[in-house]
Amino acid sequence: MNYLHAIGSYFLMIKNVFYKPTKWSITRDLIFKEIEDLIYDSMGIVIFISFFIGGVVAIQTALNIDNPLIPRYLVGFATRQSVILEFAPTFTSIIMAGKMGSYITSSIGTMRVTEQIDALEVMGINPINYLVFPKLVALMLFPFMVATSMFLGILGGWAASVYGGYSTSADFIQGITSDFIPFHVTYAFIKSIVFAFILATIPSYHGYFMKGGALEVGKSSTTAFVWTSIAIILLNYLVTQLLLG
Amino acid sequence: MITVENLHKSFDDAHILKGISTTFESGKTNLIIGQSGSGKTVFLKSLLGLHTPDQGIISYNDRPYDKMSVDERIGLRQEMGMVFQGSALFDSMTVEQNVMFPLRMFTSQSKEEMLERVNFVLKRVNLVDANKKLPAEISGGMQKRVAIARAIVNRPRYLFCDEPNSGLDPKTAIVIDNLISEITTEYGITTVINTHDMNSVMEIGEKIVFLRKGLKEWEGSNKEIFKTDNEAVTDFVYSSELFKKVRQMYIEERN
Repeated sequence: MNYLHAIGSYFLMIKNVFYKPTKWSITRDLIFKEIEDLIYDSMGIVIFISFFIGGVVAIQTALNIDNPLIPRYLVGFATRQSVILEFAPTFTSIIMAGKMGSYITSSIGTMRVTEQIDALEVMGINPINYLVFPKLVALMLFPFMVATSMFLGILGGWAASVYGGYSTSADFIQGITSDFIPFHVTYAFIKSIVFAFILATIPSYHGYFMKGGALEVGKSSTTAFVWTSIAIILLNYLVTQLLLG
Repeated sequence: MITVENLHKSFDDAHILKGISTTFESGKTNLIIGQSGSGKTVFLKSLLGLHTPDQGIISYNDRPYDKMSVDERIGLRQEMGMVFQGSALFDSMTVEQNVMFPLRMFTSQSKEEMLERVNFVLKRVNLVDANKKLPAEISGGMQKRVAIARAIVNRPRYLFCDEPNSGLDPKTAIVIDNLISEITTEYGITTVINTHDMNSVMEIGEKIVFLRKGLKEWEGSNKEIFKTDNEAVTDFVYSSELFKKVRQMYIEERN
């Protein structure tokens, strides 16, 4: 029953995100601030993780090819497919559920605890629009982050293969250009837009509706991470089935 | 002026407000007092429109809240200023940005006009040289002043304060009380203060509403509270030995 109530509240919150919008000049400033906090400040970790995970995917693929009939360019091909289809959109989203999600929940939750949300409401401002809408707009740049992750994942795979002696540069490049299906990139971007919506709204919901004090802010952040991850995994399956199945 | 008629509010099985009727006049500091759990906060939040009453009417200058359209209610909210117990300043904004916030949100003034108004109200609450500081960098008393400045910057008709003295030393508390009282008279605002602080009651309580178990037990002024025979009021207001002695001296002086 509680889960049904929470799902209902979540969808009512989504409706309120677009209701009674805040003055544009203020929303615009908030959007730029959220782009800095959510996207720009997360680029470092995405760059670091993408590069090395791409490398690991390439090494593991190479080490598992022991049949001489399998061409060496498969290392590049497998790295490209893994990175574009799954790693860049899904894995990055799960990492961001931890980083951005906990930031969003704790910042909104702290505003709830310190009555800042009540202050907005008393002023006649729709707090949900004021707090969530700029985050949602900022996260529409999430596909850019995913594109960066794709590029660096493949670059990491190339570096690990070539400098680790698992493949030649020519073989790897042949692999990443073989049987390329452009729709796979479109599919990854569609997924990343869906995940961006989840990343902005589920942590906001947990922050906005939290009750209690400072301790509950921490607990809500953890809960938000768990539910955001679950939603991403489920929607990943659903979108994959719909677009590629 | 705010008029409250037969206000009832329940949460699940708990009947918090049980038919409160009273009037809060313009240009006066109106105080709501009562023990913890008496319904003060629910009453104040109902006045602010944060709780919807189960029964009863709240009218703002003869405009009943329940008859207002959504746009009228939004307009009314913009006529309200609120000083929260913990100040509720936006911690990512500087003092200046906090005070300017209602102006940016609801007016089309130029930056220079807004800045002029912000500096005026900050000066009015005796806060200078703090414009660029963040709330975390100033003291609790200064935060309260910023909260008052933010509440009055857009020239509200109604000012609500929830425990404005909590966490302040007695001297600063009196300064804040007097500031609210002066602003109320100066701008003709209807001010409603929710407080536990007996110094505030004695100092600025032009109209006092005493709540007990969700009912209005007594109402009067700070002068009348000395004379009242209502046992619940005297037990609450004169709970300390000091206040008991003060009251005794007052009665003896009168006799």
